[in-house]
Amino acid sequence: MIKDITLGQYFPGESVIHRLDPRIKIILTLLYITALFMIKNFTGYIIFAAFTFEMIYISTVPVKYVFKGLKPLVFIIIFTAFINIFMTGGRPLFSIGPLLATYEGLNMAILMTLRLLFLIIGTSLLTFTTSPISLTDGIEKLLNPFRRIGVPAHELAMMMTIALRFIPTLLEETDKIMKAQMARGADFESGNLLKRAKGLVPLLVPLFISAFRRADDLAIAMESRCYRGGDQRTRMKQLKLHNRDYIAIGLVIGLMIILFLVRGLKY
Amino acid sequence: MGEMINTINVDYTYSHEENQKVELVLNNVNLKVDKGEFITILGHNGSGKSTLAKHFNALLLPAGGTVFIKHMDTSDENYRWDIRQTVGMVFQNPDNQIVATIVEEDVAFGPENLGILPSEIRERVDYALKVVGMYEYRKHAPHLLSGGQKQRIAIAGVIAMKPECIVLDEPTAMLDPIGRREVLDTIKKLNKEEGITVILITHYMDEAVESDRIVVMEKGNIVMDGSPKEVFSKVEKLKEVGLDVPQVTELAYELRAAGVNVRQDILTVDECVDELARLINNAEL
Repeated sequence: MIKDITLGQYFPGESVIHRLDPRIKIILTLLYITALFMIKNFTGYIIFAAFTFEMIYISTVPVKYVFKGLKPLVFIIIFTAFINIFMTGGRPLFSIGPLLATYEGLNMAILMTLRLLFLIIGTSLLTFTTSPISLTDGIEKLLNPFRRIGVPAHELAMMMTIALRFIPTLLEETDKIMKAQMARGADFESGNLLKRAKGLVPLLVPLFISAFRRADDLAIAMESRCYRGGDQRTRMKQLKLHNRDYIAIGLVIGLMIILFLVRGLKY
Repeated sequence: MGEMINTINVDYTYSHEENQKVELVLNNVNLKVDKGEFITILGHNGSGKSTLAKHFNALLLPAGGTVFIKHMDTSDENYRWDIRQTVGMVFQNPDNQIVATIVEEDVAFGPENLGILPSEIRERVDYALKVVGMYEYRKHAPHLLSGGQKQRIAIAGVIAMKPECIVLDEPTAMLDPIGRREVLDTIKKLNKEEGITVILITHYMDEAVESDRIVVMEKGNIVMDGSPKEVFSKVEKLKEVGLDVPQVTELAYELRAAGVNVRQDILTVDECVDELARLINNAEL
């Protein structure tokens, strides 16, 4: 049961976007977000939306899947829209009690909602098309230049790798302990919140003890395999830029230029 | 044959925090292992065999005496990484020694730590995976493999560092019979075909039978040291230190006790069958 939890939201595929260099994908996502914040009018959003949906189409990730990712954030989006409609000053549109909606507010609310939606869609496209491992690799490589000012790039990447490696192992273990405790009469499902929280103690204590033991074993195993931090370490897999990476950079920069040019338009 | 490991008067103490009692885990251990040997260290829980194994690649340093690995002193920090590359370790729980989320990346972990060129790492990883027979699983996630397969990945991870000696600390203790067989066959292959010195720590007697030499430990001391035939023929002495002998050896021992004139040094089922057939034939003649 607990094993069915899928990690992250990687959607395996073979599309061009899947095969892009993770470093480039991370940088391009940042540029995409920058471009999003440059938009001032509806023309900009139409161009942006066309670009985004084209990317989703190329990535072969089903649109339904992408929109499902929006669900948990619906409340925040509605809340933002609500605040914008009623809190922006300008020509009155209608009023509910003391709250006054304005034309400018409505305009602002729509733009903000669109901005949030595309922000989520754009970033989730990154996690949909990049496996956690290559994401980790990409982050490590991108942070590497900042090591000199004390950013522990290698250590962060190593921690993420080990976490990813042990999540299935610990889930399996949780499942095992849960069953063992249930066989001895533990109850994880009924009672109020406090009672349930208390019920978790016999699950969490053995789980933590075992996790610490595993950590100790792993540290010894890593040390005996000559692990001594990130210095002088080499990597088997080298990230290499391909033509597709340069084309992707060109496309996103092109998008930014177009968006910059249409900024002056009224709508 | 050159010398691989030499321990001279090694002591190791472990102090309990609560009652400040100092426990002597290793007591004046002298052991010499030559290059290319396949030796088994047998012993009860708490006999100090795992502690001794951790001295072989400088995970632990002796409290008294010296450990030499190819004439390098383990307490000299300058040699530490050379020693760890020379002597690889495989541990009991396969889950707790795999670092990466993909098989080939895990095998690459050791060579990556040594700072080897990427192309060379690739070659070593492919070679190591082929030696343990896991090459076709190189893209798999380790947690989906069986225990025996995981343990072979761990062995491949050590082989990729090109060690001259592998120490395996109860590598089969958590495996099913099939997994045990897989791991044991791999170990034997490494010793016979690749010429790697193997030190196997176990409490399975039938695994010990397959080695060249058996060292029996008890309370931090080496109490027996010899070929499997020599060691297992001393049934009473083994029982004294709480160890068993292989089933067929036990059978031969009981038969002798009952007055049947069978050989004392029977270790495998085949030997036992031959010996009994010989006896029966003789009796019929």
